[in-house]
Amino acid sequence: MAAVTLENWVERIRDPKIECMSADEMAALQSKRLVDVVNRVYNNVDFYHKKMKDLGVEPGDIKGIEDINKLPFTTKEDLRDNYPFGLLAIPKKDVVRVQGTSGTTGKLTLASYSQKDVDVWGECVARCLTMAGLTEEDIIHVCYGYGLFTGGMGLDYGAKALGATAIPMSAGNTKRQMMCMEDFGATAFACTPSYALHLAESLEEAGVVDRLKLKAGIHGAEPWTVEMRKKIESILNINCFDIYGLCEISGPGVAQDCIHHAGLHINVDYFYPEVLNPATHEACADGETGELVFTTLAKEAMPLLRYRTKDLTSIDHSMCACGRTTPRISKFTGRTDDMKVIRGVNVFPTQVETALLSIGGAVAPHYLMIVDREDNLDVLTVMVEVDESMFSDEIRKLDALKNKISGVLKQALGVSARVKLVEPKTIQRSEGKAVRVIDKRNL
Amino acid sequence: MGITIQQLSVFLENREGRLDEVLAVLASNDVNIVALSLADTSDYGMLRMIVSDPNKGRAVLKENGITAMLTDVVALRVPHATGSLSKAMHQIVEGEVNIEYMYAFANGDDASAVLKTDDPARVVDILRGSGFDVWEAAEAYVSNVKI
Repeated sequence: MAAVTLENWVERIRDPKIECMSADEMAALQSKRLVDVVNRVYNNVDFYHKKMKDLGVEPGDIKGIEDINKLPFTTKEDLRDNYPFGLLAIPKKDVVRVQGTSGTTGKLTLASYSQKDVDVWGECVARCLTMAGLTEEDIIHVCYGYGLFTGGMGLDYGAKALGATAIPMSAGNTKRQMMCMEDFGATAFACTPSYALHLAESLEEAGVVDRLKLKAGIHGAEPWTVEMRKKIESILNINCFDIYGLCEISGPGVAQDCIHHAGLHINVDYFYPEVLNPATHEACADGETGELVFTTLAKEAMPLLRYRTKDLTSIDHSMCACGRTTPRISKFTGRTDDMKVIRGVNVFPTQVETALLSIGGAVAPHYLMIVDREDNLDVLTVMVEVDESMFSDEIRKLDALKNKISGVLKQALGVSARVKLVEPKTIQRSEGKAVRVIDKRNL
Repeated sequence: MGITIQQLSVFLENREGRLDEVLAVLASNDVNIVALSLADTSDYGMLRMIVSDPNKGRAVLKENGITAMLTDVVALRVPHATGSLSKAMHQIVEGEVNIEYMYAFANGDDASAVLKTDDPARVVDILRGSGFDVWEAAEAYVSNVKI
């Protein structure tokens, strides 16, 4: 157990040449790589050849990174249409690995990797782990799922590139996770934030927190709030970091925040970000929220041009206090998919999380939003767990709590919500991505 | 043993079979229920019980993922005579103690009433001072049990 305060923090940068590069040098590197990737996809991927022809764009028109907006977009539907191997830019025999994501609807999205792609992925995660203060001395307990999901393998590759010890726990079986974490002396752990909180609470309940050597948590794969980070940090007395990635682009390690928590530093030498207005596709100014779009600059097996992530964020190009020059994307407010329009108001699950945590300790941030339609009117019900700290034998007090939560939600969301108190641990804890919203309206 | 007794309070979601589960956990762990009251709202129920071993009851429920808490209450012995509960209530009101809720249970020749108030110790003083008897914990937890 050892959270480090900002004043005592020693910043480590794995690749200062890249991570602290001047804007001009970085643009030159990105330009060179963009020209190369455009040539590769134009010549080797029918899908991109046709898309560029349709737009009247030749590889020769792309002279540098400033020409990126001439290129076509790629969407998740395009990936599905070309499932499983239609977007390969290398011979299939050179694919060493595939990873995938289970879509909530339909087929999964599959991504292919060459050996170099896997190495780059590991390198990017190693940069993130270094950003979290970890070195080859550390023991990293990986409780992301190992399998098609990129979480487990990604952190494993990162630990390997760093030279640290990886403990490939995979997800599930919380009791065994707790035992191994203690017995092997893990100094860091990696999993989704919702599982991190569940694990933290279980460790606290078992009274073993003091016996752990943990100092850092690496969490991502679902949007989470600052309040949730602080909650996990305070239970375990560690520093937590927000890692971002998606399998289409590579996996975790596309970006992560540093100790200053001033946005997530993107590994822009490999992944070129654009933040675009989702409607007009115009570039957003720094600080303006839009859809995050990535172009993979060095990927061999399945390079993607201007892939629309559906994640909403804003970008900041100013230099960070940590010394890195790589631009930062703001913590995610949500995905365009997760956003629900309830009686005309845009509602994100993360807003519910922030509101519940603002009540201050009494309410566990485990919740489930159910959107339904009654008499043609949208109705939002938020199920909140009653844990021991808020339980009372008096119905009057429970009702008062319910009304208080209702009031806080109404203020935070701008729409009224019914609050339903449920028994603790009845809202499913995810070992992968947490399900926060169930939409029963057949829109 | 104190003069107040401990009530085991359980939060119950309104879902099929939940009460059955709670009672089954207590039964299989030899926790005897002396008295109970079940209050319901549209969303959830509140089960309040006097049991043979409140601490054990709470522990076994917790092991089974059921939220329970212990609350200090007073168990008043009410003689089977018209007006005796009224008289006791009158004394409590005079003493300016607020009653949150109350439920009754039969107890041999007597009846008993479990009272949840904002000041249990004071209620005991008031009742004893006006000639009423209250159950001590050791008696209450085994009442009606034939040994």
